[in-house]
Order: sequence, then structure tokens, then C-alpha cells
Amino acid sequence: MPKVAYFRVTPERQQILLKGLVLSICCVLAFCVRLFSVLRFESVIHEFDPYFNYRTTKFLTEEGFYSFHNWFDDAAWYPLGRIIGGTIYPGLMVTAATIYKFLHFINIPIDIRNMCVFLAPLFSSLTTIVTYLLTKELSNSSAGLLAAAFIAVVPGYISRSVAGSYDNEGIAIFCMLLTYYFWIKSVKSGNVFWSVLCSIAYFYMVSSWGGYVFLINLIPIHVLFCIITGRFSHRIYVAYTTVYCVGTILSMQISFVGFQPVQTSEHMGALGVFGLCQIVSFVAFLRKKLSAANFAILWQTMLYLIGGVVIAAVLVLTVSGKIAPWTGRFYSLLDPSYAKNNIPIIASVSEHQPTTWSSFYFDLHMLVFMFPVGLYVCFKDINDHNMFIILYGVTSMYFAAVMVRLMLVLAPVMCILGAIGTNHVLTSYMKNLDSVQVVKEKKGPKGSKVDNTYPAKNEVVADQTYPLKNVVAIGVVLGLTLFLGLFATHSIWVTAEAYSSPSIVLSARSGDGGRIIFDDFREAYYWLRQNTPEDAKIMSWWDYGYQITAMANRTIIVDNNTWNNTHISRVGQAMASTEEHAYEIMRELDVDYVLVIFGGMTGYSSDDINKFLWMVRIGGSTDRGAHIKETDYYTPTGEFRVDSEGSPTLQNCMMYKMCYYRFGQVYTEQNQPTGYDRVRNAEIGNKDFELDVLDEAYTTEHWIVRIYKVKDLDNRGNPRT
Amino acid sequence: MSSESAYSVVAKFMEDYQVKTSQKLKIIDLYLGYILITGVIQFVYCALVGTFPFNSFLSGFISCVSSFVLGVNLRLQVNPENAKEFKSIAPERAFADFLFAHVVLHLVVVNFIG
Repeated sequence: MPKVAYFRVTPERQQILLKGLVLSICCVLAFCVRLFSVLRFESVIHEFDPYFNYRTTKFLTEEGFYSFHNWFDDAAWYPLGRIIGGTIYPGLMVTAATIYKFLHFINIPIDIRNMCVFLAPLFSSLTTIVTYLLTKELSNSSAGLLAAAFIAVVPGYISRSVAGSYDNEGIAIFCMLLTYYFWIKSVKSGNVFWSVLCSIAYFYMVSSWGGYVFLINLIPIHVLFCIITGRFSHRIYVAYTTVYCVGTILSMQISFVGFQPVQTSEHMGALGVFGLCQIVSFVAFLRKKLSAANFAILWQTMLYLIGGVVIAAVLVLTVSGKIAPWTGRFYSLLDPSYAKNNIPIIASVSEHQPTTWSSFYFDLHMLVFMFPVGLYVCFKDINDHNMFIILYGVTSMYFAAVMVRLMLVLAPVMCILGAIGTNHVLTSYMKNLDSVQVVKEKKGPKGSKVDNTYPAKNEVVADQTYPLKNVVAIGVVLGLTLFLGLFATHSIWVTAEAYSSPSIVLSARSGDGGRIIFDDFREAYYWLRQNTPEDAKIMSWWDYGYQITAMANRTIIVDNNTWNNTHISRVGQAMASTEEHAYEIMRELDVDYVLVIFGGMTGYSSDDINKFLWMVRIGGSTDRGAHIKETDYYTPTGEFRVDSEGSPTLQNCMMYKMCYYRFGQVYTEQNQPTGYDRVRNAEIGNKDFELDVLDEAYTTEHWIVRIYKVKDLDNRGNPRT
Repeated sequence: MSSESAYSVVAKFMEDYQVKTSQKLKIIDLYLGYILITGVIQFVYCALVGTFPFNSFLSGFISCVSSFVLGVNLRLQVNPENAKEFKSIAPERAFADFLFAHVVLHLVVVNFIG
């Protein structure tokens, strides 16, 4: 039949078509599943850090790269200012600005905000493709397709790359997997071309995220393990030396990284392995050229000579301080108690807390179980590149356990190893789907059991290691398919419920099922933008700094960059002291307006009273805050209470007064007295008071954001309190 | 006694090298020696004069180290003894990769040298 002949596609082409189809579906799925918040609310930037990235991207598109690279921002950290050009990773902003300019060039006038909102989902689609390529190199293309499908929906990755989450991790994972793909290609082929591409991808990774330190330590660890297990070959030598040399000099082009690759301990591992590579190669070269006896003689002299020189050099450099020790942020990964005891700011960030078991399952679902299977499969046929993925899996497992934020680094390797494991199981059992049970009679010795498990001679039968092979195979395949379906359902549910909230807009269900939107944050920031003088300075806790500069366009005292602990401590002292003392601090910092977040009216629990103890701790951690002791703010029994039993220091501090001003006359819940705080579930203690040094400037509709104006000095110089 | 043997071993090694290595490899080895000397000169100069401006020193020194490493890689890939390890890489391909890597390297070095 002629018609059928035209449509007949060869099996190879069918495969390519099928793979292409599955991969495109994964890409589209990866993009679409991240759009929940855009559909439910609007296309708005989420959280806090993305607002800074958005502001810098806008600046880049308006002013150009040179001004961006040399930008000194005087609107943040008043009166210190912040060197933005040299303290950020510009990859994200440059990527967004490039795509924006390109789209404008081809006459698609996309708004910069929309560009920023949708960049992360776009890069998730690209990550899907790179994961497919990487897993194909490690195993085969069917595992690759599974890995692509997994990473399209895995919640651990979605949490940081949802539409609106315009943060470094959105593109960093793509860059990381791209670097790993090129690394595996260069290890497998020994080609300098792939190694140079790996260095360029590494440069892109360095420009996008501070987590590049993980890469520059993982690749040397891989090479080290290859040396130790005797797999070191010319290919690995070529690959690593090229990647290290070209990659290092490329990474130093980013101002924020600067000279760190040759000065800090975090990068010394890579240098050490580089030196080791040279030595091992040279020794192998000599061993090949010389006879055994000659070699032994030369070996001894060389060992002492070179060993002595290296050890002396390292000692001298470390003792003289030329090589900096591990910085706090990374040291706390190796010693998790370090931050808690020494650096309260790092310890207070919620993303830096250790991960719970439930988080692992919540973020990874079925992959938690398939990950060991994949590890086993890799161990079974171990070779150079399998060793890499095993190391990646094990190290990221450790780091994900130390810090919740690093779950993101674990998600891709879980997908890859889970895919390898699932693929292995599925292919093994699918082969058995057609196995036929051959029952034949055998003449055994009298009295013995007729054994049907061994094939008779001269008879070709299917392998019968256990009975009912095809039934078991059907069961396993169906079971795994069910798990995969459950994984997809779980992931999409998690995305919809847990990871799609913009944080800047809140919503709740009213009693009749309708939706109430709390847009208080933007309401307050726009009030600031429209009703305060242009050079007004706003004091708030550091969480809200980025949002205030981006939306209200006013100068702030401290923001999320948290680079100056003393300055933040000063703000903490102002919040935690009495009005009189706080007024001194506010006059010193030239503060015009103070902003607090208060959740007691609506039940919004991430408000400043709940963060207050951190303000106290940080405020009391420097010299000038020595009068602030945390125990003063607790009751004699050690509880933190806001009702009449609470400590008097707490009830007279400025934060308390700012949050609860006029709250004592408000009914919040039925059957409760006035001034009932719905978050702490208590009636506040200090109800009717007046503010001496502040004027209430604005309170938003649901009382979530409260803005106060700092009063000027009294006309006749009398003290205000 | 061991130093005498070590010396004789080294002498024998040099003789072997002269005889057995091909012309192509000797040229590459000469190039590597030149790079090494340049690197040593730079390092000694920096040690004498001081590290300011550090980016220029780093740029020049890393350029030497990287050129050396890329030269070694080229030598490894071109050497017919290693053919079974680098299965699909013809010497011309190795040289083309060498050039590509040098273009990238020197673009970065020129940017960094300040």
C-alpha cells in the first residue's frame, strides 16, 4: 500500500522523533509549572533579594555596562554607601539585559519587569536540556530523558526558580550543569576543545553565583579520587590542567572574585591537585622511560627534594598570612556550629538552618529512594565519569543536610542518579515482560523432585531464574510507573501550594470562600514614594531594604546585603532601646522615617515582633549595644510575652511602641478584648501610650506596614521625652 | 653513591631522549623550555620588585603556566605512543584545539593585564 510507505519511518528516525518530542514536552512543562503565582496574582517580583537584582538590571539597561560595573550606590547603607559594581555576581543581570536588548532589537517590546519575572522559568527549560545531555553522557539516552522529566518538576529546584523569583540560583543551576556536561565530555574524550568550553561555562557559573566554590572543589576532588584509584590517565591530565588554568584566569575577571582564586583557602584545593597532577604525570613519564632500578634511584632523590620544597612553601605562606583561612560563610558548612556561636547574622537567616528529614522528602519525593539505586548502578560499572557523579551526589548530600538553601544543589544530582537507577530497573524488568514460561518434563532419578529450573540439554529456553518472570516484570513496571505518576502529582501540588507565593502580596480565604488580597507592602512603599521628600532616609530592619530601594526609591540605612554588622547592630539598638535612647541613634543616622511590619491585626506571622529577638541579639553584639541584654526582654520565667506579664523593658522599647501604637483600641477578634494580638495570641500589656519622638505617618489597610516620621528637634531645645 | 647513580641515570635519560624522540616532539619540548624560562623570569622579577599591580603579574604568570600546560597537552596528544588513549584526535585536530585554547587564553590575559 503506497500510502503507508510514505509514512514509514525507520526505527532510528522514530527514536530521534520520540526523544525530541519527549524533551520538548519536558521543556514546556518546566516552563509552565513555574507560572502558578503569575496566574494567581500577577507578574510581580517575589521576596526580597530579587528586588535588588531587578533594580540593578534596570540600572544596567538604562545606564549601560560601564556605569553598571563602576556603580557606587549612595541610596543604601546611609551614610556608608555600597559599591555595587564590585560586590555582586553580574551574570544574572547581564543575561537578563542581553535577552531584553535582543528582544527589543527584533521588535518585541517586552517590559524589563516581565523579562526578570520570566527569566528563571526560561532557564529551567534550558536546564532540562542540559540535564538530558549530561545524563546521556553518563549513562544512556533513556536515562537522560528520565532525568530531564525529573528535573522539569522536582520541587527542590522549582522552589528557587519559580516565575518571579529573579535570583542568582535561577541561572546558576543551568551554568553548573553546563560546566559539568563539558567537564564529563572533556574527561571522556581528552579533547582540549571541550576543556576550553568547560572553562568558559565555568566562567559563566562564576559570574552568576557564589556557589561556584562548590564546582572548583568538586572537580579537583574528582581528579584526586581518580589519582587515588589508579584511573589517572593522559585524558584526565589534559582535561583538568586546561580547565584549571584557563578557568582560573577567566574567573578572576569578575570583580567580586578578584584575586581570591590564588589567595583564599577555598581555592587552594584546586591548586594543590593541579600540582599533584603535574607530579603524578611526570613520575609516570619517567617510570615509562627508565628501567625499574634506575627509576627507583631517581625516585628517592626527587621525593625528598620536591616534598621538602612543597611543604616548606605551604608552611611559609600560611603562617605569613598570605593565604587567607576559610571565610565564615563556607567555614560554617564544614563546622555547622560555628555560625551559631560566632556570627549571629549568618545564623539568623532562615535559609541557613539545617535541613529536616521532612524537607528532603517534601522536596524530592521518590528520588530519595531511587538515589541509592542510582549510586549502586554507578558503582557496579564504575569508570571515570561515573565516579564524578557519585562524588557529586555524596558531597551535595552532605551540604544539603547542613543548610536548607543547598537543597537546590542536591536536586539535579538526585534527578540524575534517580533517573539512572529508575532506568536500570525499568530496562531490566522490561526485558522480562515477554519471557515465556517453558514447562518441560525431565527424567530425574527416581524419588527426586522433578526440577524444572534447569534447562535440558540441546534445548533453547528462556532464562528461568525464578518463576512467573513476566508477571513480576509487569508488576514492577506498573509499580514504578505509578510511582512516577505520584512523583509528578506531588511535585506539581507542592509547587502550587508551597513555592508559588510572591511574599509581597498575600492572600487569604474569607469566611464565604472569597479571596482577600493583602497588598499592604506595595501600598506602603508607594506611599513612601509619593509622599516623602526625595532625600528622605528610611530606617527599617534589614529584611526590607531591597524592597524599599526598588519600589519606594528612597535612601535606606541597612539592607539585605548585610555586609556591615556594626551598622545593622546600630539599627537593632535603635529598635530595642527606649524612645529617648533610640531618638539619639536616629538623629545620629539622619533618619526621617521608620518602617515596621506588624502582623497582629491580620495574623501575619513573619512580622517584626517575631524577628525582634534577633534584633536584640544582633543589637547587643557590638560595643555600643552593651546595654542591651537578651534576658531583659524575657519574663522572669524565661518566656517572651507581649501581654501584661511581659518584661517592662520589652513593653517600653521602641519596636513595641511602634507596632502597638493605637492597637489597644482595636477589636481584632470576636470574644477577645481590644488589643488582642492574633499572632502571639495574647492581649497586649502596654495599651494606652503616646509616642514622644515619633509621629504616625501611615498605616496600611490591614495594619501590616506602619510608617512613622521622626520628629525634628524641639523648637526651644527641650528634650522630647 | 646514590648521587653518583642518580647523575648517571639522568645522563642516560638525556641520551635516550636525544635518540628516541622525534623532531616534532623536540620542537614542542624546546617551546616548553622557553615558556618555563619566561615564567621563572617573571616570578623572580615579581619577587624582587613587589606585587603591585598584582593583576598584571598574575595575568603574565598565569599566561606562562597556561601556555606551558597547553603545550604539554599538545605534546601528549600528538605523541604516537599515546594514540590509543586519544582515539579520535588526529594531530591536526589537536593543533587546532591548541590554537583555539590560546585565542581564548590570550583574550582573557589581555583583558586582565590592566
